[in-house]
Amino acid sequence: MKVLVGVKRVLDPQVKARVKADKSGIDLTNAKMTMNPFDENAVEEAIRLREAGTIEEVVALSIGAAKSEETLRNALALGADRAILVLTEDVLEPLAIAKVFKAIVEKESPDLVLVGKQAIDDDCNQTGQMLSALLGWPQATFASKLELADGTAQVTREVDSGLETINVNMPAVVSVDLRLNEPRYASLPNVMKAKRKPLDKMDLADLGLDTANRMTTIEVMEPPARAAGVIVESVAELVEKLRNEAKVI
Amino acid sequence: MSILVIAEHDNASLVGATLNTVTAAQQIGGDIDLLIAGNGCAEAAQAAAQVAGVNRVLLADDPSLEGQLAENVANLVVSLAGNYTHVLAAATTFGKNFMPRAAALLDVSQISEISEVVSADTFVRPVYAGNAMAKVQSSDSIKLITVRTTKFDAAAETGGSAAVEAVAVAADSGLSRFVGLAASESERVELTSASIVISGGRGMQNGENFHMLDSIADKLGAAVGASRAAVDAGFVPNDYQVGQTGKVIAPDLYIAVGISGAIQHLAGMKDSKTIVAINKDSEAPIFQVADYGLIADLFDAIPELDKAL
Repeated sequence: MKVLVGVKRVLDPQVKARVKADKSGIDLTNAKMTMNPFDENAVEEAIRLREAGTIEEVVALSIGAAKSEETLRNALALGADRAILVLTEDVLEPLAIAKVFKAIVEKESPDLVLVGKQAIDDDCNQTGQMLSALLGWPQATFASKLELADGTAQVTREVDSGLETINVNMPAVVSVDLRLNEPRYASLPNVMKAKRKPLDKMDLADLGLDTANRMTTIEVMEPPARAAGVIVESVAELVEKLRNEAKVI
Repeated sequence: MSILVIAEHDNASLVGATLNTVTAAQQIGGDIDLLIAGNGCAEAAQAAAQVAGVNRVLLADDPSLEGQLAENVANLVVSLAGNYTHVLAAATTFGKNFMPRAAALLDVSQISEISEVVSADTFVRPVYAGNAMAKVQSSDSIKLITVRTTKFDAAAETGGSAAVEAVAVAADSGLSRFVGLAASESERVELTSASIVISGGRGMQNGENFHMLDSIADKLGAAVGASRAAVDAGFVPNDYQVGQTGKVIAPDLYIAVGISGAIQHLAGMKDSKTIVAINKDSEAPIFQVADYGLIADLFDAIPELDKAL
């Protein structure tokens, strides 16, 4: 069996996003970039499935600018067997990403697709669900536990009211949550080895897909700032302020 | 304009987030229909009919909708969407599950987690964990939208008298099966609906110490939450988690205890009306968003606060 894992290059989560002065977007010039944290969990799960002998091959896919190769090399260093990069300088919406992803799925015929539940830049939380819809496959979102058996996947999902368990036919798309596993770090020898692992590049234009965006970003603004607060000296003063000033208790 | 709101319910009553979503629909303007989809959910449809401002309640009551599997709910939404200019759901784990699937089947983009309605086609939504707000305009003929419920007031639960109409349900996709739900057991008010929340962070040191917060929560009628650091350390279950990757809440009062204030935690609570931070590290970023900061060891301050209430 084969797993295809989606990885996205995003602004490092420890770096504060800064809005550009012309309000056209976020300033990423010279910013530290990294693999989307949820995608790290997806890569980790795929590698564990191969280590357990459940699957044979892990293929990592990224759709984006040329520098996404760094993110794919990272996935290869973590243990992916090979990688595919679909090159585009455009920032595609999740619907377009799902269409590109679908084209690669049709070439690769994986038994399972793993993606992070959400990218921490646009916070859309859509790609996995859209991809499974376009493929006519079942979906299992926000997975915190995954077990493959008898052509199905048993998935525990993190939902607002607790933990839900569903069973889906394979092939399936599973979007993963942070508690699924603890991602490993790449060792230096593996980083070196990853440089020689196969990485196929193709241009988005060669796939012949309609990937036009449906939304226009009019402006990107700073969030409204909170008024400065006060430091209280004691618990008694805090309780007094909450009762008589804020009137919330 | 005509708007379909996909209601979230437990078969007997509506989940509160649905009422906030109705308000977002009212701000877009037009006739608002509510869809109740489930198995044995007629009672929830009766509750939905009482909501102020609702035109019709569409009831899809069928065994194939047990557990509200994304495949079947999305197919149902797609079968109805042609009658509407907008389809809305709360940006909860329920809405986030089926809505993008329905959007892809309709070949439209989804506008995720809107925080403001600018006009019928233009919306504001947080990006980068709320560190920036994007104003976006959609050119799709049907707009599928999820709503950040903390940014919209709840519509009145009563005052309406909508008719309930049964709608046809497509065949079960057969792709997936609902196995079960292990609901988190708590006698306290739920995090997302609580008007007061007290949360603990890594500074709590262990799960046992979270009981110190329970006593205060009981006195205030508050829910207990946690930072991701506390959840990752295994102090409390994941459904306690407030933040970008957990629950996004905006109570009247949020008390952060031993929480440093990582970007991803602030994303989940910084719209709270009043924020209190208790932390011994005066440099902790949580103080930058706090209305009232107390620089103190929580193991001194929390018992004292408990006594003072």
